[in-house]
Amino acid sequence: MINNPVGRITQGQFSFLPELTDEEIALQVEYGLGKGYAWSVEYTDDPHPRNTYWEMFGLPMFDLKDAAGVLTELRNCRKAFPSHYIRLMAFDSTRNTESITMSFIVNRPPSEPGFSLVRQEGVGRNIRYTTHAYVTDKPEGERG
Amino acid sequence: MAAPQYTIPGQPRPAEQPQAAAVGQAATGDAGAVAAPPGAMGPVTVGEVLANSQVGSAIEGLERDLVGLAPVKSRVSDIAALLVIDKLRANLGMQAQAPSLHMSFTGNPGTGKTTVALRMAEILHRLGYVRKGHLVAVTRDDLVGQYIGHTAPKTREVLKKAMGGVLFIDEAYYLYRPENERDYGQEAIEILLQVMENQRDDLVVILAGYKDRMDTFFRSNPGLSSRIAHHIDFPDYAPDELLQIGDRMLAGQNYAFGTGAREAFQEYLAHRIGQPHFANARSVRNALDRARLRQASRLFADRDRPYSATDLMTLAESDIRGSRVFQLARPTTN
Repeated sequence: MINNPVGRITQGQFSFLPELTDEEIALQVEYGLGKGYAWSVEYTDDPHPRNTYWEMFGLPMFDLKDAAGVLTELRNCRKAFPSHYIRLMAFDSTRNTESITMSFIVNRPPSEPGFSLVRQEGVGRNIRYTTHAYVTDKPEGERG
Repeated sequence: MAAPQYTIPGQPRPAEQPQAAAVGQAATGDAGAVAAPPGAMGPVTVGEVLANSQVGSAIEGLERDLVGLAPVKSRVSDIAALLVIDKLRANLGMQAQAPSLHMSFTGNPGTGKTTVALRMAEILHRLGYVRKGHLVAVTRDDLVGQYIGHTAPKTREVLKKAMGGVLFIDEAYYLYRPENERDYGQEAIEILLQVMENQRDDLVVILAGYKDRMDTFFRSNPGLSSRIAHHIDFPDYAPDELLQIGDRMLAGQNYAFGTGAREAFQEYLAHRIGQPHFANARSVRNALDRARLRQASRLFADRDRPYSATDLMTLAESDIRGSRVFQLARPTTN
């Protein structure tokens, strides 16, 4: 496939790498905690790149000292949504930054069929293009 | 061009992956030096292990800084000894399972439960049993919610914050209120139990409270009692230990007893112990605080005298003797 060479979506950090193990995730989380970031867990079943806001799994975790807390929450999320996309996000609350500084996918559905290119013919045979995720053809709850 | 250090899913994996192995090892090595690979040349005597760890200094610090508390010190020494032996066992490829370290501290007011808990986090960190060594001190309010469905997230949040360190629950018996069967405290206890059992490596829970109330609490929650490996009872301090504590408190605040003041304070303690609401070290601290107030008024009264450093740091006998305890004690001694 030309637009999906690795057969999976590539969003956020490390998405061209093989899946991170839990130990490697813990190391990344530790790095973020060392910088004072607040981690949060989010999930979705719609991999469209413009689907920016995923569902929050619990609140962002402030004041954590150790990665074990984030991994506990990640395990809970994996148990609840085993075949959803799950990502970890680090929020930097520093004045004037106040945004997400790290984000990576830590769980994926077993198969990722990718996207189709949809062409829409407009006024004057003008063509509009858009991408469409195959999984979203199925109703919510049956995807993945 | 250097070969990529990762594999692309679907592609054949390269034969060896030294980088990935190194990353995995760094992660497990974090938990302390216990995870030495079997077969590596490691220490074989207790002395060698002690030499390249901070265990010795942790125990010495406890001995040096805390007066009395023999049961506490002996238990900490036991835990430290187990760590050292576990390292030796790990060197020979034997199983070295982390022990359950949840504790309950019971004792009368002012016997040092909170002080020891604060130090315990640091000691366990030095021993390598907890990764970060911070202490999260909570009471019932921080764990139990106000309405249905509020307790679980609240308790979980506190537990997450405490991971890698020590969770200290002060006045733990308040968690369980038998008189109200719809109390949410029970829910907090259940979540606590679950995490104490399943994530023993991630955090250590210390429950503290007065002896009699904690006994009732444990009787009504046998599951909790059996999951706590170390029930440590804090004894009351002997009078001479209280005097030592007083000496240290004063030294810490740059004060000292003047001539006769130490004897007066000893006498004060002898009277005070018999009186109601005696709270061990806390009473000592309060008594010394009041003596400092009296010293300040005494010095304040003399407007024109230049004071030296010695004057400003000395508690005179009269400052101690001014206590109400002596007046209360007199009629009974006569």
